[in-house]
Amino acid sequence: MTGIVPAVEVQGVTRRFAARKGPGVTALDDVSLTVAPGEFVSLIGPSGCGKSTLLRLVADLDVPTSGSIEVFGKPARQARIDQDYGIAFQQAGLLPWRTVAGNIELPLELHGAGKAARRRRAAELIALVGLSDFAGHYPDQLSGGMQQRVAIARSLAESPSLLLMDEPFGALDEMTRERMQNELVRICAETQAAVVFVTHSIPEAVFLSTRVVVMSPRPGRIRSIVSVGLGEMSGRSEDLREDEGFFRALSQVRELLHGDEAAPTGARGVERR
Amino acid sequence: MRASQPGLLQTVLAPIVFGVAVILLWQGLVTGLAIKAFILPAPFAIGAEFTANLQNVTNGMAVTGRNALIGLIIGALLGIALAIVSALARLFDEMAAPVVAALSVVPIVALAPVLYTMFGAGAETARQLVAALAVFVPVYFNTLRGLRQVRPVHRDLMRAYAVTNWQATKAVTLPTALPFVFTGLRIASSLAVISALIAEYFGGPVGGLGKSITSAASSSNYGLAWAYVLGSIILGLAFYCVALVVEKLVTRRSGG
Amino acid sequence: MPTQTEQIARPRRSVRGAAELRVRRAGMPQRLSGGLFGLAGLAVLALVWELYKSFGPADGVILGGVTVLPRTTDLAMPHLFVMAERLFEPVTGAASASPLWLAVLQGSLFTLGIAAVGWLVGVTVGLALALLMQRFRLAESAILPWIILSQTVPLIAIAPLVRRWGAQIQFGEFTWESWMSVALIASYLAFFPVSIGALRGLGSPDANHVDLMHCYAVGWWKTLWRLRLPASVSYLLPALRLAAVSAVVGSVVAEVSIGLRGGIGRLIVEYAGAAGGDPGKPWAPIFGSILVGLVAAGFVGLISLFLRRFRRGEAA
Repeated sequence: MTGIVPAVEVQGVTRRFAARKGPGVTALDDVSLTVAPGEFVSLIGPSGCGKSTLLRLVADLDVPTSGSIEVFGKPARQARIDQDYGIAFQQAGLLPWRTVAGNIELPLELHGAGKAARRRRAAELIALVGLSDFAGHYPDQLSGGMQQRVAIARSLAESPSLLLMDEPFGALDEMTRERMQNELVRICAETQAAVVFVTHSIPEAVFLSTRVVVMSPRPGRIRSIVSVGLGEMSGRSEDLREDEGFFRALSQVRELLHGDEAAPTGARGVERR
Repeated sequence: MRASQPGLLQTVLAPIVFGVAVILLWQGLVTGLAIKAFILPAPFAIGAEFTANLQNVTNGMAVTGRNALIGLIIGALLGIALAIVSALARLFDEMAAPVVAALSVVPIVALAPVLYTMFGAGAETARQLVAALAVFVPVYFNTLRGLRQVRPVHRDLMRAYAVTNWQATKAVTLPTALPFVFTGLRIASSLAVISALIAEYFGGPVGGLGKSITSAASSSNYGLAWAYVLGSIILGLAFYCVALVVEKLVTRRSGG
Repeated sequence: MPTQTEQIARPRRSVRGAAELRVRRAGMPQRLSGGLFGLAGLAVLALVWELYKSFGPADGVILGGVTVLPRTTDLAMPHLFVMAERLFEPVTGAASASPLWLAVLQGSLFTLGIAAVGWLVGVTVGLALALLMQRFRLAESAILPWIILSQTVPLIAIAPLVRRWGAQIQFGEFTWESWMSVALIASYLAFFPVSIGALRGLGSPDANHVDLMHCYAVGWWKTLWRLRLPASVSYLLPALRLAAVSAVVGSVVAEVSIGLRGGIGRLIVEYAGAAGGDPGKPWAPIFGSILVGLVAAGFVGLISLFLRRFRRGEAA
């Protein structure tokens, strides 16, 4: 192999869902995508564009109809068995009968880590997401934002080099959402993990990402990939939201997204392609 | 990981195959191991007794079924009425709740003997009352739950329309509660048959399924006893199915 | 009774979240006042009894040949204080007779013991069946309709039919005793709600949680232990309570129809024969059976106290 092994390598992947009657649905059609180590890639697009399906395929929660998916140079299934990635969903998905610490320890416990090591790691992560005062609380005693922070801490438990996130902030209010984005940027800078991030928020995608993958629906395809070029993770901060480059990338992604509505009526869509 | 949804074939065929297999295995074991009838008669023998004594079994079903039905009606009316009172009067609710909760965990059938004394041992009233008490519990709880289901948005809407209390009850409360009432009735329908039947074990006049089962068993006529058991199973199913159909009809109409 | 699946289907999971939980945990004074109201409810019932006894017609109210309201003679409806007094008198006229309450208490304990054995066996079988059905879809398709069906029919009708099992079945050293027949009937009634409740509970984790376990690459057993079992608790507890009640009912009824001596069921039938000259006596074992039911349900309540942690809901 030449050069470094990519974190995620998706090649010519198609996923068709069979229906009882009729031809079924093509959720993804011949999609290819490479994510470099340490890179933050967002998948954005209208509902039905297959962005979540793509993430589930990478996580080996689902199997492609055709094409291949490699994570750190191995098949997705092997990567899952080797625990090469951490994952967070739109719902925090915390086990309600475990405390904050217990939830973060869950993956470590399942994979046989010792009690002392588990405790230490959980304390570290709780501090990282700023919940040190809540280690002994149960999920139902936390706000939505706090629950989501626990879920992120849990996804980081085994120090994965790849994070898969499926609209993790989708259920949060706008203010909490921006705060969580800032924290995620900080965490990514600290852990150096590659991230595949599914979202339907344009500012969120632009603010967080190195590259934004814009997808189109029916069948799910990659329409375009926008390199945001807002600099290193460690350099990103709240000020960025006021930055000229931020707005430029924002409108670029927005135009790409709205392309399919504009296309039939004319000018703008034609101009672009 | 499990497959998503089993096919129609599996949903229908699997239980039938399983049921037939169990009956054949039962028959095979009883004849193969020469198991005595007092332990377990063979299913075909039960079937034969059932057809041979069809008239007696249906008579028994009529007696027990009548008791269960009367019990079901009394218990349901009582349950619905008291649930409405509970929904309206907080004090009554607080006094009734612990009592009904206790009633739901005690063997109601134990009351049968004293009821026989109170209403006369020759009458069926005691059995009907045992069934009614058993029916009362789920009907009361489900109706009360239904009456409390009214969504705040609907209540606000009614308030905004400035309608009278009775209009609001008719427009919102009753239609919301109705499916719950019928769910309670469906649960109660099985309880009515079971209670009416076991009340017969505690005394009273002969003629019902329960008495017939005990007398057949004590004269060592086990095939016949099991035939009566089969009759009670059919009776239970009949009650349940009717209640289920009624519930489905009601929920469909008010489910939209 | 072996029905009421609905109670299992809708566990009281605290979706309303933390606020409600806090109230429930600090709920001791509330529970106390609940008890007081319950006592008040009982007092009203007692009052109705005594009032009807005083003012109702001696032969009851008869409509169209059917007695719709009971007779009010001292024999048919004894005063409540007669029932209470009778508890503290000896069982029979014999000099060696123990007080009635003691005999009833002993009978209650006997029945409670048998019901407990039946409950344990029933819960074990029910859980095993649920695990089997959860593991293999085919088993669920084949067995579940029968379990649901059998919940709706009076299977307790077979109670008299195991009467002759006692002392007739022998395997080597092992002799089938009559009390085992009673426990068998009890377990038979107990296992239905458990298997259905456990199956619902085991299937209750969110797709989210199941996905997570898949991501963690853990097998069926670990998923069962870490996710499915804990998640099933809030479905299992009502089922266990229902099973306890069913086991008690099954024991009482089976004692009567099998003719086993020593338990509360037998006392109910035995003392009912004395009603003619001793109207307070038949009520004593009824109080005993109420006690057995309450203790059985209370025991499951105790279990749920220990498992409280697993009944927390995740605030959305």
